Amino acid sequence: MVEKFDCIVVGAGMSGNAAAYTLAKKGLSVLQLERGEYSGSKNVQGAIMYADMLEKIIPDFRDDAPLERHLIEQRFWMMTENAHTGMHYRSDSFNEAAPNRYTIIRSQFDKWFSRKVREAGAILLTETTALELIFDAYGVCVGVRTDREGGIVHADVVVLAEGVNGLLGSRAGLRQPPKPETVALAVKEMHFLPQETIESRFNVKGDEGVVIEAVGAISQGMTGMGFIYSNKESLSVGIGCLVSDYAKAGETPYGLLEKFKAHPSVKPLLEGSEVKEYSAHLIPEGGYKAIPQLCGDGWVVVGDAAQLNNNVHREGSNLAMTSGRMAAEAIFQIKSRKEKMTKANLKRYPDAMEASFVMKDMRKYKDIPALLHTNSRNFFLTYPELVAKAMENFVRVDGTPKREKESATFAAFRKTRGLGGLVTDAFKLARAWR
Amino acid sequence: MSDAPKPAAAAPSRAAMKKELPEHFRAYKHVWVMVELERGHVHPVSWELMGEARKLADKLDAEVGAVVVGAPDAGTREAAAESFAYGADVVYLVENPILADYRNESYTRTLTELVNTYKPEILLLGATNLGRDLAGSVATTLLTGLTADCTELAVDADKSLAATRPTFGGSLLCTIYTLNFRPQMATVRPRVMRMPDRQEGRIGRVVEHAINLEEESIVTKVLKFLPDRSSQKSNLAYADVVVAGGLGLQNGENLQLVRALASVLGGEWGCSRPCVQKGWAPADRQIGQTGKTIRPKLYIAAGISGAIQHRVGVEGADLIVAINTDRNAPILDIAHFAVATDAIRFLPALTEAFRARISPHATDRLAG
Amino acid sequence: MHIVVCIKQVPDSAQIRVHPVTNTIMRQGVPTIINPYDLFSLETALRLRDEIGGAVTVLTMGPPSAEDALRKALTFGADRAVLLTDRFFAGSDTLATSYALSQAILKIGETWGAPDIIFAGKQTIDGDTAQVGPGIARRLELNQLTYISKVTRVDVEKRKIELERRAEGGTQVLASALPCLVTMLEGSAEIRRGSFVGALRAARAEITTWSAADAGITDLLKCGLRGSPTVVKRVFAPSPRAEKAKQVEVKPKSRETADDLIEALFEAKPAMQADLELLAAGL
Ligand SMILES: Cc1cc2nc3c(=O)[nH]c(=O)nc-3n(C[C@H](O)[C@H](O)[C@H](O)COP(=O)(O)OP(=O)(O)OC[C@H]3O[C@@H](n4cnc5c(N)ncnc54)[C@H](O)[C@@H]3O)c2cc1C
Ligand SMILES: Cc1cc2nc3c(=O)[nH]c(=O)nc-3n(C[C@H](O)[C@H](O)[C@H](O)COP(=O)(O)OP(=O)(O)OC[C@H]3O[C@@H](n4cnc5c(N)ncnc54)[C@H](O)[C@@H]3O)c2cc1C
Ligand SMILES: Nc1ncnc2c1ncn2[C@@H]1O[C@H](COP(=O)(O)O)[C@@H](O)[C@H]1O
Repeated sequence: MVEKFDCIVVGAGMSGNAAAYTLAKKGLSVLQLERGEYSGSKNVQGAIMYADMLEKIIPDFRDDAPLERHLIEQRFWMMTENAHTGMHYRSDSFNEAAPNRYTIIRSQFDKWFSRKVREAGAILLTETTALELIFDAYGVCVGVRTDREGGIVHADVVVLAEGVNGLLGSRAGLRQPPKPETVALAVKEMHFLPQETIESRFNVKGDEGVVIEAVGAISQGMTGMGFIYSNKESLSVGIGCLVSDYAKAGETPYGLLEKFKAHPSVKPLLEGSEVKEYSAHLIPEGGYKAIPQLCGDGWVVVGDAAQLNNNVHREGSNLAMTSGRMAAEAIFQIKSRKEKMTKANLKRYPDAMEASFVMKDMRKYKDIPALLHTNSRNFFLTYPELVAKAMENFVRVDGTPKREKESATFAAFRKTRGLGGLVTDAFKLARAWR
Repeated sequence: MSDAPKPAAAAPSRAAMKKELPEHFRAYKHVWVMVELERGHVHPVSWELMGEARKLADKLDAEVGAVVVGAPDAGTREAAAESFAYGADVVYLVENPILADYRNESYTRTLTELVNTYKPEILLLGATNLGRDLAGSVATTLLTGLTADCTELAVDADKSLAATRPTFGGSLLCTIYTLNFRPQMATVRPRVMRMPDRQEGRIGRVVEHAINLEEESIVTKVLKFLPDRSSQKSNLAYADVVVAGGLGLQNGENLQLVRALASVLGGEWGCSRPCVQKGWAPADRQIGQTGKTIRPKLYIAAGISGAIQHRVGVEGADLIVAINTDRNAPILDIAHFAVATDAIRFLPALTEAFRARISPHATDRLAG
Repeated sequence: MHIVVCIKQVPDSAQIRVHPVTNTIMRQGVPTIINPYDLFSLETALRLRDEIGGAVTVLTMGPPSAEDALRKALTFGADRAVLLTDRFFAGSDTLATSYALSQAILKIGETWGAPDIIFAGKQTIDGDTAQVGPGIARRLELNQLTYISKVTRVDVEKRKIELERRAEGGTQVLASALPCLVTMLEGSAEIRRGSFVGALRAARAEITTWSAADAGITDLLKCGLRGSPTVVKRVFAPSPRAEKAKQVEVKPKSRETADDLIEALFEAKPAMQADLELLAAGL
């Protein structure tokens, strides 16, 4: 006999856990499937976790969630081969009672989240991969088939929280498989250092933490970004670029990471660290335009599987959690009214998303991916170089009159990109940003 | 005295609780080695242990005792004689037809009785199947401590045995003591300790001990003994030259390159664990923590990263050569020479080069 | 037939880290697994049960989080699981561990019927002592059958068992009697995956959790630190070799590089050439 649940959640990442927790808390019978050895065993994230979105799911998460450091400082670096121009924002206002952003280590955090999900009453089967969705004669999704012997299971609704690759969804034709131009491949290493060393290198104390995000020459002209996040006793160091670019540039992700780590601005921060854990993962970069249908008869899709990722602000986990929660709330409403899990009913979920920050933000930056993609050499090589030259000119004292320095700077800008180009780029960027 | 300020103690540990040895253990003296005799052959680890026992006994001003247990036959007698040659002062000899084959019950009873009768302070066994099987049940019967798989044995200032062994897969070492109980027991893997020189003509005292065993009281029977066919048997642990391959060889076929080089060098071949897991090689070819410990004069590791579990098995080699495309692979921390090149291309060249240098006339015998 | 399998949850030692400064083990975030050697014993037990009938009880002593290991064993198909957990057990060495486990096995016998076979792993990958199995056997006065490559036959009626045991230089074919304690050799039986229904059952199963008192252990002096004759006095990281490997320059022709390497070896160890020549000649 095939068992039936109210709901099957495929995946135990951020979005799947948010959905399964919310559903189980509301009393629905939930089966969650995870192909990894445990929740988080294969998940990769920088990782910054945004408190607000988790609070809406587990209000008292700070009591026992494994949090590394709360962030009090953000550094943006524009990098050339041997320099960086930076902007830092540090504020004591981030040292608040309930801090806004934390660094986390996904494997630990996911384990904790998963425990919460099980405590809420959901059943989790790990090392169990969902192979395909099962549809009835009317095209309604009625369950999934897994890779275990006798592994067919039914449910009123399936939540696809399977992450960026989304094999299940694409196999069923519910979405496009990710395209090389719309996914980034990020690689990451954990660099272990004594707590005191991290604190002195980053000028923080206690649980305070710092984030560095870096663009420029480190991505060799590709659309990409490097990052350094401070955890309690380690630094997460990584870099990611669009998959399509790697091939074109003949670069490997690991090669880029090596160069990033060797950069004179980065190297001293990592000095003496012990490297452990090397991981690679995809990030959806298609933006608003790549978001597929979010629901159908008997299914919804959430998180990275729905391409919900805000690349400008490096947000993904918060959108994943929010979409998981909203999908779960919609399902609960339908269930409590004893209605069917039809596409029309499930539309409450995309509607709620439209009304929330999620879709508003996604729409705001809808043109950025295309822009960065077509203009990547300028944004990632030319401009950082120009800015660095300007800074060097400005700072270096060598007896050149200041006026000459300024005109040299301006001439360099003009010469390299052409005045028209510069203005156009600035204009385009501003428009995309708005 | 009791009011005197105590020196600032480190974290309170049980080591600090080291008390006077209970009266009834004071009589325990001397260092014993269980000589592992199976089917007329003494496992070389017993002689390696004899060398260690000699060192410990000299520090303790004690005797080295060899326990030789077996059927009343020439093999047993020879093992007793050899024990002297490798450093024993006394041989405790138990001959009984029931002891012809190793069986846990009969051997546990015998060794326990010997210990209770002659009271050794330290008892060493090889960390072989036989030694581990026996040590565990003897220690539990005697309710004393046992430190397994030691890599270093020493005597402390207070004359207690400090047994050092790897823990957590070799990432750490720890030093373990047996407090307030005797004997202090330890097992040591083959090839971890150096083989002492054999001293021809050295003799000592033989203490023959008669033991009362009846076959009917022993439940386990040996129906048959199937000897390994010598052709397949790997002699990795005792080979002077070992060539091993790892995942860097890309596939099982390429292990042939390793075998060919080993053959030219008259050595043995081995591999890292993943090769066994992938079915490229049988389990007895695995080198490392959960495989064999080797101590060759020359070890060549091709396409092996040198994970800690592998390293603990090869660190005793005199000379280590790593062939690895990655100049930062951990194996380079223990290797003496490294070649940063594709092992699949390099191995055949190295094989030819060696053949030309050392065995211009030798025919190609295939190892393994 | 009733089979008890002792399993231990261990850190996945490939991922153990040592704190670079304090030299202590950093367990945080290190994934745990069922001791790999225990899986061979577990699978052998499951096959015997499938063949002969009866039940498999898995037993572990450990912290409450060791429940994960038990649940996994249930997923593979074990019938019930017992977690022995109590702060009194903290710091147990092998002697104390085997005491606690043997008492729990007696209690399991009282509760679900006396076991016919008790399986342990050959050794653990963290303790790596291979002593707990033999320890349990002694304490329960069972026949001890270690390094078993194959359980050939079990006759529950006649209380007989036949097995093959790995000895130095060969295989012993053994006949012994039930009840007994068996540890299986690695590679003897690959663990099954567990069906979907089994996985669901495992996820929902109640795990029997016993404190020392629940297991009828009254002699606490035999447990934990106090019941352990051995003490770990010092834990330290192996000292790294002073210098790294010398790189032999890679020439365009492999043969040239090979000759350079051989030259370097013979220079470093002048006796090597003669040694190798003897070896190569089969002497
Ligand atoms: C290097 C990097 C840095 C990042 N940094 C940040 C950051 O700082 N802040 C931030 O908010 N976001 C960040 N992100 C994005 C963030 O990690 C993701 O947006 C988020 O993890 C998405 O959650 P999810 O649940 O949708 O997918 P995932 O977390 O990927 O979870 C999907 C889960 O489903 C499982 N699964 C997949 N298929 C199946 C199947 N068929 N059957 C069973 N199980 C299946 C997987 O094993 C996995 O556990 C980063 C991403 C990367 C790669
Ligand atoms: C409990 C436990 C016990 C273990 N016990 C053992 C044990 O006893 N023995 C053991 O070996 N392992 C053991 N391991 C496994 C160990 O942790 C490592 O995973 C293993 O040793 C790695 O094997 P490898 O070096 O062959 O593979 P990898 O680590 O994948 O290394 C392959 C190497 O080959 C190099 N390479 C790649 N291509 C080439 C080429 N063309 N030419 C030359 N070099 C190339 C790479 O740079 C790399 O360094 C154990 C693990 C655990 C958890
Ligand atoms: N805490 C424990 N709980 C259950 N079984 C254990 C425990 N410790 C050891 N064992 C069993 O004893 C075997 C040998 O362990 P060890 O002596 O530590 O190498 C293991 O493979 C397990 O089967």
